[in-house]
Formats: sequence, structure tokens, C-alpha cells
Amino acid sequence: MIEVRNLVKRFAEVTALNNVSLQVDDGELFGLIGPDGAGKTTLFRVISSLLLFDEGHVEVAGKNPVSDYAAIRQMIGYMPGKFSLYQDLSILENLRFFTAIFKTTLEENYDLIKDIYVQIEPFKHRPAGKLSGGMKQKLALCCALVHKPRLLLLDEPTTGVDAVSRIEFWEILKRLKQQGITIMVSTPYMDEASLCERIALIQQGQIMGVDSPEGIIKTFSKPLFAVKADDFYSLITDLRDWNEALSAFSFGEYVHLTMRSESSTAMQVESYLFSRNHSSVSVKAISANVEDSFMYLMLKKEESQ
Amino acid sequence: MLQLLVLSYTATFEIKKTRIAIVDFDKSSSSRELVSLFEGSRFFTIPYYPSQMSEAEQLIDTRKVHQVLVIPEGFCRDMQVNHEVSLQLVTDAVDGSAGALRSAYAQGIIQDYSQEINTTISGRRVSGPIVATWSFWYNPELDYTTFMVPGILVLLVTIIGMFLAGMNVVKEKEMGTIEQINVTPINKIQFITGKLVPFWIIGHLELTLGLVLAWVVFDIPVLGSVGLIYLVASVYLVLVLGLGLIISTLSDTQQQSMFISWFFLVLFILMSGLFTPVEGMPAWAQTLNTVNPISYFIEVIRLVMLKGSGFVDIKSQLVSLSGYAVLVITIAVWRYRKTV
Repeated sequence: MIEVRNLVKRFAEVTALNNVSLQVDDGELFGLIGPDGAGKTTLFRVISSLLLFDEGHVEVAGKNPVSDYAAIRQMIGYMPGKFSLYQDLSILENLRFFTAIFKTTLEENYDLIKDIYVQIEPFKHRPAGKLSGGMKQKLALCCALVHKPRLLLLDEPTTGVDAVSRIEFWEILKRLKQQGITIMVSTPYMDEASLCERIALIQQGQIMGVDSPEGIIKTFSKPLFAVKADDFYSLITDLRDWNEALSAFSFGEYVHLTMRSESSTAMQVESYLFSRNHSSVSVKAISANVEDSFMYLMLKKEESQ
Repeated sequence: MLQLLVLSYTATFEIKKTRIAIVDFDKSSSSRELVSLFEGSRFFTIPYYPSQMSEAEQLIDTRKVHQVLVIPEGFCRDMQVNHEVSLQLVTDAVDGSAGALRSAYAQGIIQDYSQEINTTISGRRVSGPIVATWSFWYNPELDYTTFMVPGILVLLVTIIGMFLAGMNVVKEKEMGTIEQINVTPINKIQFITGKLVPFWIIGHLELTLGLVLAWVVFDIPVLGSVGLIYLVASVYLVLVLGLGLIISTLSDTQQQSMFISWFFLVLFILMSGLFTPVEGMPAWAQTLNTVNPISYFIEVIRLVMLKGSGFVDIKSQLVSLSGYAVLVITIAVWRYRKTV
């Protein structure tokens, strides 16, 4: 559905996208994971034909977003990261407006948005600007779906949305995927990555890896420990000073410690920490999650540069 | 800075070139002497010497001249037989302040001539001073409000139109809604039309309200055709809204748009001839005024409202405005980018 090869997009000073290549298959739920400022929105804008790029090759359903932008705009549903509907129009007015622009009717594709729409229907006469964050997202999704797009581009749809609404939102995406819509979604939340079929990790305009969440985790080949002690701050600085340690990041109340040597054990870590006078030390060997993998790939990239 | 430089020159109340038509029924040496005084003055040019009153009236009606001086038959003879002689001076006073100035200039020349006669024909006492009976046409009381109301009406329509349009697209940019619109298959012309039509209607409503107020409160009815005003206004509004939309598509924030809009508005307004007569401005400023939409519409609305001019009289302004409007809208559509 989407084919991006060696894409480069520069703004005056910064290179927002640096040699990006990725592929999204038909009917896939594809996640673009990366911190703020990584280039997620820029990539979305290029794919949705809103932004011209400098180098590389981009194809959306076999169409070029530069020359064939009209065909692409007819076919995609794009939901920008910032709420972009008319705040002074009500839910119903916004929907009618977008259906009119796409020369369709609300009734025609109602089955597609029904599940979502029924949740916001009780407020259908309320201005969009007065809706809660979760309802705004649902409305925006409805508006992106009214013309039955083949490809749905969602730029950080869950940012600023409460935990319950986030889970609901991903449930909705799964149902849409079952209806054959290809979905590309970006998020800064690593925990949402495992909900996608395949993910691309992006950092500073570069793709660090494209794989299934499991596949990404498999690239993490080093021993990983969750470490806890009384003095959290000196714990993390001591671990970072240790030359056996590859990296140490805080992760909730734990420090996730990655070791250089494949044969490192929890015992080793404990004895090091005792030598540094830490009390109530707990060290557990754990398996990596997407965030650990992200940090690891980022570190590897920095080292190789 | 630019405004200070340009506007200081244009904000002058002095009238340099008054076009006067002289109807000489006397054709005597005395009348010719008076005419030559007008010819010699740096304030006057005499493009026409009509032979009949009706011809002169037509000249002033069509704005070809600002003034008509009528020298009656027997002017020379009456003067010599000590009769009081009278001249008739008609001044177009649609622009009250300019009209008063022109009338004063002309009377000054006549006064000079009168005194000259008294001194040169010594021995024979010429008691009869030359009395110029003057009249102001179209705005008999030189009423400032009569003159200003149509102009201010134009101003309000312009400001509202330019700001509404100027703020609109840029607001969508700030809100981010433009991004959502841009990914839809809507095309540029549809978008610009959609932006234009509501404000165009608002502009007409405002004009209507203004015309009613002018009539009810200031007692200034439209002498000419109301339809003609609306015809010109409809073209004019497209032009002004188009300018606003261009500014809007070029700006990134509402402040930017506001600043640029004000820059042009202040320039346009002060050069438009609303407060000071355009004829008094230096030549380069008058040339600059050919791209000033406000000056066209102010001229038209004053002509139609106060003077009752018809279609033929304002045809050239209408043609200019139409061409201008087409150009501006084309640029607006072209400049609007469906990318971010």
C-alpha cells in the first residue's frame, strides 16, 4: 500500500527525514514509533501528499503523491496530530461538511463509522470545540472515515487521551483493520507498539528498524535486568559509571540495565552494587520490551556513527 | 517609514490643477483679458471653451472640468458705463473642501482683475466692481458630512471585507483545520469561492445598511441608480476580499496578516482622496493611486450618490476595477497552496 524508498526531506536547517525506507502492506496495521521530533508527522505529511520531499521515491497504492495527489486525497483518510476540525461546528455539522466535500453522504458509509459514531451520537449537537479529548479523537476518526478510505493515516491519535479512551481507540482500529482498511498510525507511546502488526522505529529522521514487535524485541540480544535500590539517583549514576554496563535507563521504579557481556548474571550486578554500598538491592533478569529495544537500537546507532 | 514618506506628500490640501471651462458670451477685449489671467495662473488650466451653457453643464456633469466661469454678454460695455457687472462661477463641490478652495482661487483672480481695471482706467472712474456670483453644485452647502459619508461607507466595507478575508485562511492555518481540508479532494477554486461568497454577502449587507443610514440619518439619498452602486460594489468586494485572501494565504499567523492588511489599508485610505483631494497630490502619488482600489470606489460612490452619474460616467472605473478583481482572484487561487 505504501512504498517509501530513500526518502529525504530537509527543512532550512534540519534534515527531518534522512534516507527513510519502509513498506506498508495492504490491510496492515502499521505503527510508526518514535519520540517527539523524530520525524513522524513529516513522514505522514509526505505520504498524505501535503508536503513535497527532496529526494527518494514514494508510492501510495501505486500513485505518486506529488503528481497524483488528487487520486491519493480521494483514497486516504488523514487525521492530523492536532485536532483539525471546525471547533464551532457541531459533531453532526462537521460530519456533514466532510461528507459533502467528498461528495458522499453520511448514510452511505454509515456502517463503517457506526461503532464509533454511536458513542458520540448523544452529543451530536455539541460544538466540536467543547468535546472531551477522547470524543474529539472519535469525531476526527469518523470524519477521516466518511468517504471509506482504503488507507487511514493517523498521526498520534492517542496523544493527550486518557488511558481508557486509548484502549478503546485501539479496539476500534482493530475492527477497522478487519474491514480491510490499511492503517498507519504513529505514537510516542512504546507500550502501544505491541498492538501493531509491524512497527518502524524512528529517531532523528532515521528508521532504526522495521519489523513485527516480536521481531524488534528479538534484535535485543544482551542480558537485561530490572534493578531497584533505596537511593535511586546514585543507583542509576553508579550503573552508568560501571564499564560492564552498556546502558541504564529509569523505567518507573526500576532501572533497566543492559549488560555488555552475554554471560552476565544477576549475581554480578548485585555484588557490584554492594561494593558501592547500596541497600535493599533487588536485581531481576527480565525479557526486553519494545522500549528497551528502542533504547538499545538507538545506542547501537550512536555507537556506529 | 514608507508610509510617513509617501503619505506626507499626499496629505496636502492644496489644489494645483483646476480645470476650468470658460464660457465667453462677450468676446470683447475685457473678457479676453480676464481669460488670459486664468490662462496665466499656475492653478488653472482651461481645456475647454464651450460656446453654450448646456455644453458647459455637460462638462461639469461628466467631471471633465471642475469649474465653469460664465462671462455674460455686455460684460465690457457694462463695465465702461459704470454698471456693476456680474460673472457666474459654478464649482463642482462633490468634494466640499476642494470645491471651496477652487472657488476661492477663481474669485481671487477675478478680484485682481477688478482692481486692475480700477487703476488702469484712471481718469474715468470705474465704480462698478466685478461681482462674481458663485454657486456650488452637487453639494450646495459645502457640507462636509455629505461629502464624507459615501467615502466612509466605502472605507467600512473595505475594512470589514479585507479583515474578514485576511483573518480567515490564516486562522485555519493556526487552528490546523487547513491541514484537514487540504487532504480532501476539494480544489483550489472551490476553496477560494467558498471563502469569498459569505464575506461577499456580508459586504453587501453592510453596504445596504450604510446606504440606509446615509439616507435616514444624514439625509443623503442616492441621486443616481442604486443598482449601479451595487454593480460596482459587487466587483469591488471581490477585489478587496481577494486582496485579503492573498494576504491571508501568505501569512502564517493572524498578527502577520493583521499587520500587512493595516499597512495597505492605511496607505490606500489616506491616498484614496477620502480626506484630501487626489488632484492635490504629486504626480507620482496619483500614478500610485491607479492601483488603489479604494480611490476608484470612493470616486464612483460619490459620483453616483451625490451627483447622480450614470453608467457611462463610471464605466472606466468599473472596467479598471473588474480587470483588477480578476487579476487579484487569479493570484489568490494561484498562491493558495494545498500543501503545508
